[in-house]
Amino acid sequence: MARKVPEINAGSMADIAFLLLIFFLVTTTMDVDTGILRRLPPPPKDGEKAAEVKERNIFIVLINKDNQIAIKGELADMSEIKDKLKEFFTNPTNNANLSELKTVQQVLDEEMSKGEKMDKEKIEKCKKIISVFGPSINISQGLVSLQNDRTTTYGKYLEVQNEIVAAINELRDELSKQTWGVVFDKLDEDKQELIKFIYPFSISEAEPRRIGSQSTK
Amino acid sequence: MAKFSKKDKGGVPAISTASLPDIIFMLLFFFMVTTSMREVEYKIKIKLPEATESKKVENKSLVSYIYVGPPNEIWAKKYGTKPVIQLNDKISGLNDIQQYIEEERNQRPEEDVPKMTFSLKIDENTDMGIVTDIKQEMRKAQALKINYSARKQQRKK
Repeated sequence: MARKVPEINAGSMADIAFLLLIFFLVTTTMDVDTGILRRLPPPPKDGEKAAEVKERNIFIVLINKDNQIAIKGELADMSEIKDKLKEFFTNPTNNANLSELKTVQQVLDEEMSKGEKMDKEKIEKCKKIISVFGPSINISQGLVSLQNDRTTTYGKYLEVQNEIVAAINELRDELSKQTWGVVFDKLDEDKQELIKFIYPFSISEAEPRRIGSQSTK
Repeated sequence: MAKFSKKDKGGVPAISTASLPDIIFMLLFFFMVTTSMREVEYKIKIKLPEATESKKVENKSLVSYIYVGPPNEIWAKKYGTKPVIQLNDKISGLNDIQQYIEEERNQRPEEDVPKMTFSLKIDENTDMGIVTDIKQEMRKAQALKINYSARKQQRKK
């Protein structure tokens, strides 16, 4: 019954594997795409006005055609952006030139007083924040407006974007460490949502317009 | 000396190659797992900017790319040295973007369309003018999730 099966010669197996290996070696690209994720604002609808924001709540960063940076009209250095921005958002000294301080209680009351137009989701979040952080935590009201010239180089533009993102990420991390002792990225989604509500990514990439005339003197 | 050479009867014993296929297979699997096919053939030169906050883009199958940069040596004769847009394998104009976005969307299942990200791979020396124009086109096409592709860099302390 049991017949001896002749052994299969596996000597050429290596050759076949080599061939496949070389194919994958050639076609492979190891790079992973990394970058800064952003959300563009939806296209403006006709007749719809942009939401009004108080002037003190806007942090204007301008990059001109020579790649110089101005913060609120004053020439500044790349390294200053992050710290100025953090100060602007948190406003620890309650300076009238920096962003407004609004506690979560105030935000909640405001939303409630809107009556029918109120945003249920927002109210839900406010209540959750009160239960976690207490009613006196400030909700960031600041908005960064990034403006650039048509001849600003993209590299510089992204560098500034990066600084802005870094500032917000640091604020989020600080709050998260204070409350839960871990960095923002390690939190679960619900907690992240709360912190995102307190420090939103409010960057407005301005509608394109020519600002070249401002920078050429 | 002569004492030792007497012992082996000349010739090196053959090294067993039986485990060679195993080693090769291991390498093969490694490359198969880490591989991703080259997306397009570049007709332009791109040197990505660096950013400390850049994060990995999740879900590669839902990412489409828009490339911007100056044409490389081969294509510079035809397209000049100013930065141009490349979509898939073609060098395209601004007005092709909306159609490209539509095509990319049609290739994905419908429920994944809102999750799609458009990654902008832009050379760092490009003027913002063309970038702004692209962003406006994308807004018109309701492609709002974008990624400014940048190499990861460690923050200097």
